[in-house]
Amino acid sequence: MSDHRPVYIVDGARTPFLKVRGGPGPFTPVDLAVQCGRPLLARQPLARNAFDLVILGCVNVIADEMNPARVAALRLGMGEDTVAFTVQINCGSGMQSIDTAYRYIRDGSANLVLAGGAEALSHAPLVLRKGAVEWYAGMARAKGSIERVSMMTDVKADFFKPVIGLERGLTDPITDLNMGQTAEILAHRFDISREKADRYAMESHHRLANAQEQGWLDGEVEPAFDRDGTAYDKDDGVRPDSSMESLAKLSPAFEKPYGKVTPGNSSQITDGASWLILASEDAVKQHGLKPLAVIRDSQWSALDPSVMGLGPVLCSTEMMTRNALTREQIDLWEINEAFAAQVLACLAAWEDETFCREVLDLPEAFGAINRDSLNVDGGAVALGHPVGTSGNRIVLHLVQAMSRLGKKRGIATECIGGGLGGAMLVEMT
Amino acid sequence: MTKPVLSVIGEMKLELGSGEETAFGNWRLRQDADRIAWAILDGKGSTNTLSEAVLTDLSKLLDAIESQPPKLLVLRSAKPGGFVAGADISEFRDAKDEASVADRLREGHGVIDRLEALKCPTVAVIHGYALGGGFELALACDRRIAIEGAWFGFPEVRLGLHPGLGGTFRLSELIDPTEAMTMMLTGKSAHTKKARQLGIIEAVVEERHVRAAVQALLGKDDDGSKRGLKAAIFDMGPARKLAANRMRSQTEAKAPQEHYPAPHALIDLWETHGGDRDAMQEAEIKSFARLLMSDTAQNLIRVFFLREALKKNGVGKSGIETVHVVGAGTMGAEIAAWCAIKGLRVTISDIKLEPLAKAVKDAASTARDAHLSDIEIRDALDRMMPDPREYGLANADLIIEAAPEKPELKRDLLTSIEARARKDAIIATNTSSLELDGLAAVMKKSGRFAGLHFFNPVSKLDLVEVVSHDKATRKTLSQLNAFVTAIGHLPAPVKSYPGFLVNRVLTPYLLEAALMVDEGIDPVQIDRAAEEFGMPMGPLEVADRVGLDICLHVADSLRDNLDTPIPDVPDWMAKRMESGRLGVKSGEGIYAWEDGKPKKGKGGNHPLPKDAQDRLILPMLNAAVECLRKDVVADADTLDAAMIFATGFAPFRGGPMHYARQRGINDVVSALMELAESHGPRFAPDLGWKDLG
Repeated sequence: MSDHRPVYIVDGARTPFLKVRGGPGPFTPVDLAVQCGRPLLARQPLARNAFDLVILGCVNVIADEMNPARVAALRLGMGEDTVAFTVQINCGSGMQSIDTAYRYIRDGSANLVLAGGAEALSHAPLVLRKGAVEWYAGMARAKGSIERVSMMTDVKADFFKPVIGLERGLTDPITDLNMGQTAEILAHRFDISREKADRYAMESHHRLANAQEQGWLDGEVEPAFDRDGTAYDKDDGVRPDSSMESLAKLSPAFEKPYGKVTPGNSSQITDGASWLILASEDAVKQHGLKPLAVIRDSQWSALDPSVMGLGPVLCSTEMMTRNALTREQIDLWEINEAFAAQVLACLAAWEDETFCREVLDLPEAFGAINRDSLNVDGGAVALGHPVGTSGNRIVLHLVQAMSRLGKKRGIATECIGGGLGGAMLVEMT
Repeated sequence: MTKPVLSVIGEMKLELGSGEETAFGNWRLRQDADRIAWAILDGKGSTNTLSEAVLTDLSKLLDAIESQPPKLLVLRSAKPGGFVAGADISEFRDAKDEASVADRLREGHGVIDRLEALKCPTVAVIHGYALGGGFELALACDRRIAIEGAWFGFPEVRLGLHPGLGGTFRLSELIDPTEAMTMMLTGKSAHTKKARQLGIIEAVVEERHVRAAVQALLGKDDDGSKRGLKAAIFDMGPARKLAANRMRSQTEAKAPQEHYPAPHALIDLWETHGGDRDAMQEAEIKSFARLLMSDTAQNLIRVFFLREALKKNGVGKSGIETVHVVGAGTMGAEIAAWCAIKGLRVTISDIKLEPLAKAVKDAASTARDAHLSDIEIRDALDRMMPDPREYGLANADLIIEAAPEKPELKRDLLTSIEARARKDAIIATNTSSLELDGLAAVMKKSGRFAGLHFFNPVSKLDLVEVVSHDKATRKTLSQLNAFVTAIGHLPAPVKSYPGFLVNRVLTPYLLEAALMVDEGIDPVQIDRAAEEFGMPMGPLEVADRVGLDICLHVADSLRDNLDTPIPDVPDWMAKRMESGRLGVKSGEGIYAWEDGKPKKGKGGNHPLPKDAQDRLILPMLNAAVECLRKDVVADADTLDAAMIFATGFAPFRGGPMHYARQRGINDVVSALMELAESHGPRFAPDLGWKDLG
């Protein structure tokens, strides 16, 4: 890959992740993308129309914002002649935008790309039941009031019980398993106890709370302002006082009464957006940019949807093998915390010799990833998982954390509903 | 791609008919194969006005088609901005006497009447504005078709007039007469949707369907006008009398007859002659001629031209597309919001997040009040970025420092701003009273520094003082003037001086009112004396709105820096402030405030001293002369304009200096000397009066 053009990460910023508290939040996906895109563009010595391309990952696109990438680009004032498209690979969408930009720049098709993710899960639509949709369509076609009145008798009570689109979105259509159930399967297969999962979750909260306290997220997180006069300046799902006792009190969320996956050790449902600026060497020189990091490689892998949570293990290992990298050569990891049990299952799989030999084609067990080099400032359990955004956030935070800690090389990786995994290899400049 | 697509194919293409073309001066006539004739108005300049020449040319055009009329005549403007903006107001200025004005009007009426009497159907196709005479031209057509965005209005009342080319009877015949009268009495315009509801227009079409809509009219017999029952009721005298009395009392409250005769004349006109077209036409002509010759109309017409003159201070490109505002207090937030609403990209910083969040909320409501659509509000808010980390400062074309009025704080901020700003950025301070030389002294390159004094509320008060100092470059000042014009405001170039121009002139008026309270005169009566002069509100109400603390601050700064004596602020006012009664913002000041209104009683029964009105008004005139003598402002017209557009100084009096001249310089000077004798040397006439006498 040495003949490819290098691809730089110049800068990035995200909104605070805002916990869904019932009812639509203050921002739509594009609103969120605009909120963090503005300060990011304002702090770089770049004209807004200098970009060749805008790519945005978004899973739950709302009806008012088809192709949210283009809507966001125009609302950010990036010019009518800036091409923009939206990408979707479920929970990996925010990383897919980076990966797509990376490939465009690497092969010389683009020099400067804004790549992000945006998701407003609080705006996920209420979906009408199929019977209700047919009934509404019939009403619209009905001729005259008599026909309409007679149709009223066809109304069934459950017509008005909408299906929450979000709930369907988090259910795998092939296996009909809810994402939480796939985490239950992994907990069972890799022997992850409730107590281990809770401990991991508690640490995630404590790490994020500390990072906020220390100001380590300043600049990575830019405050958002709604038009009702409220400022949002930090991820609001974090519980600094999270304890084993408080977590132990929670009931299983997906498989009652014996399940181990609870709301406390799962990622939170939040709204948020994140952007990265990616540039070729030419663009860096032309605009006098100061790149933070360079993208070395990326990898997508696929596996059975019922164990989608192991996706990171597959894609990260394949990418490392291709680059002849050993576990010791990776200084920092960001593994998206869909579920605490799922992250712990990934770690366990890497320590399982049979798994590594048979599935990963390694000569021996990959080995243990030190908790000190994994999600050092917490993860989605504490700050939430706006699905189309998380993949972008973990790359952004990986770069920020490596910069702070003086590390050289890191991997950001996530599991993806539907049985996929995505990984990105990043080195500091 | 080198050019944006629309810059090549055009934002829009007006449908102006086709076929053989004949020119009639300002008009072009096209006759197409369907025998539809298009009369296209395309005068000089970017806006059509209804000048005498336009009417004469229309008369020639009618000569050409009257004998052999087409199947349909379309009236249309070739100007992208709109139909016709109204009469050519400059023609109002050289009116000699009532009789000659009436003669000219009769000629105009003759042309319009001929258009109305044409044997073929006529239709006006209207995009953008149709105001005053332009609206009257459209009313003389059988039908009116509008393009979305078209708006109609009779703004004559703002010039001390009422419609004069048939509008008074044609509009009240076409639509509900009470609605017609409301439009003419208030000068408020009707936008497309409202105009449709009122029955001013019969259809709204997209520009691209104009030709089809016009062709569809061929063969339609009905002339489109449907007069309702309500209109017929007002053909009866008693119904009109009842309605007219109600209009009179409502009008008197807002525009007293003594100061603003035009709306009252209009009500009389309609009450006496409504329903009798010939009589009303003749009465309209006579009434218009009489009004036009009045001081009120001539002074209001003067104000119209003063506004145009201020705009001209800011011609040319400002080169300012991005603005960074430092400080999200009331003024900073309003300035930022207004710039964003007017299309500029704005960042605004503050040390706290809360004021920034409030600034966003307030910007949203200002945008709503300015009638922006939901999409326009969204775009304006997208352009206005709260910027706690001050990213925007380094890239902005213009940085406006809007911190509290503390010299030390402002000096520190300006030093820090200069260090971080782009080398070619302009740096401005928004201050109402701090002299600029002291602030400029801390800057390394003070040539690019100047003052911008906005007035509160920014969205309502158009004037901005562009304040220069010794080192400010001409380029900086002309860019700032152009910036003020670009955001739809009026730049008044002034020199740094204690209080600059507006506060220097206004403060003695407020202080004199405070002293009168000290003498035991009822505040309500004091305010009434000023209102009777024609001020939009009395001085004590103004002081409450501005804030007693700010008034005190300005007064102190004037007293410290001027040679002229400025009276001490009376004790009662200082005490009121100490007890936290600052005015509107604290709910109570001189008055108690409720829902944004002062609770004023009827006022005391003691007769006001005879010199009360002069005591209030003449100190303003005296300070104005001082400002002219000290070259704070270039000329008396700019001074008058600034006082009218910043403080609402009785517009029908044409401004303080114009009032002084109309009253007589000698008379004003001797009145000042009498006041000085009875109330103290603060009234001593300024030296500058000598040069005016």
